[in-house]
Amino acid sequence: MSATSDALVAHGVSRRFGPRTVVREVSLALADGDCLALFGPNGAGKTTLLRLLGGLLRPHGGTVTLHGHTLPGDADTRRLLGVVSHKSMLYDALTVRENVTFAAECQGVRDVRSAVDRVLDLLLVRDREHQPVRALSRGLQQRVSVARALVHGPRLVLCDEPYTGLDDVGARALTGALRALKAAGATVVLITHNLSEGLELATHAAIMRDGRFVHEAGRPTDGFDLPSFAAHYRALIAGGE
Amino acid sequence: MSTGYRSPSFLRDSWRIARKDLRIEFRTRSGFLSASVFALLSVAIFRFSWDPTAVRSLDLAPGVLWVIFTFSGLLGLNRSFGVEHADRAMDALLASPVSREAIFAGKALGNLVFVLGVQALALPTVALFFGLPLGPGWLAVVAVAVLAAIGLVAVGTLFSAIASNTRLAEMLLPMLALPFFVPVLIPAAQATAAMLAERPLADAVPWLKILGAFDIVFVAACTVAFPFTLEE
Repeated sequence: MSATSDALVAHGVSRRFGPRTVVREVSLALADGDCLALFGPNGAGKTTLLRLLGGLLRPHGGTVTLHGHTLPGDADTRRLLGVVSHKSMLYDALTVRENVTFAAECQGVRDVRSAVDRVLDLLLVRDREHQPVRALSRGLQQRVSVARALVHGPRLVLCDEPYTGLDDVGARALTGALRALKAAGATVVLITHNLSEGLELATHAAIMRDGRFVHEAGRPTDGFDLPSFAAHYRALIAGGE
Repeated sequence: MSTGYRSPSFLRDSWRIARKDLRIEFRTRSGFLSASVFALLSVAIFRFSWDPTAVRSLDLAPGVLWVIFTFSGLLGLNRSFGVEHADRAMDALLASPVSREAIFAGKALGNLVFVLGVQALALPTVALFFGLPLGPGWLAVVAVAVLAAIGLVAVGTLFSAIASNTRLAEMLLPMLALPFFVPVLIPAAQATAAMLAERPLADAVPWLKILGAFDIVFVAACTVAFPFTLEE
């Protein structure tokens, strides 16, 4: 998988946990505005790969670079990152606004108030801004979590099953936010088990199993073939490959 | 989404993290409440098991104070990184421009305020229950308590970060931290005894020097070691 002007590059990345190798020499290159949808069965190594791509884990082999800087990198490099996970990464005793404001301040955003207002509007949670996170439903918490990750306008957005718990409204808001970021030139890596959600935004797609990419597909012009990709995925999940 | 960014600032980031932790503690009050109840119950138990005809209150009080400070402080330290791991908020912090050292300093500052809060409650309670004279020596005792709290919090924050990555965090933290508390607790208890007895300041100075030296060593060593505790 390669792109012409690379924003995110992983070269031969591997990671072990004890004796078990969870990610095996994975390589990828994504340009600004690209979106990689990553599929695979549970335990395939997707989340570990995502954490490696975000510099949250150090690889035991290979390198990950973001706009030419090796991750985890310095403060300016880390500021390019936004991470969304199925865990909310929020403080449940704080309100929606306090959580997103804290994230914006940690990212060094200058005009915190307007950045927070904008992202709360984008994710349709402005009306809940003064409620503590623990009082929200799972889906609303996930929207706030996305707002937290996007408040500083990241250039690389790593999403680990971000649609978990979202209703239709929340899912559409998330897709809209990711699409806007992509259009603004951000790179997106998206882990999901839902083919239609994943491929709606994807310019690239890959299926992971046993820590490796076992099937990859590029842009539509390069032969991105949804039915064929879906067939591969279903065959893998069914244990047919 | 914003385009203007500030450069990271160690002091600003540390304060922001401490303020966030204190706000969470103020909202939930779970840590302070349990530490306060523990402190008050401990004072009561020590008081009613004390035989004033066998041991003078001035001899017993320093030990009582430091047992209470130590274990009630541990209750707060246990929670310090628990709030970061509950929903993996730590990942968001680590992926942000905030330095690891600022995270440590912020956590330690929040813990210091917590421990000082518990001390502020326990100190007059012990004085009341044990009938200690409230002379000028008490200001010096407060100063010793603050000085010792710095060392205890530095070590406790580091080991709280280590322990919170395990399933046995609440059991592991005391096992890891208590041996490292000893170099702080011995001079603190000795200096407290000298102050309460209103002995000349010169009697306490050697202990205060040891306490200060361990504070410096622990704060520096724990700040340097902290980023390594975050590696998985």
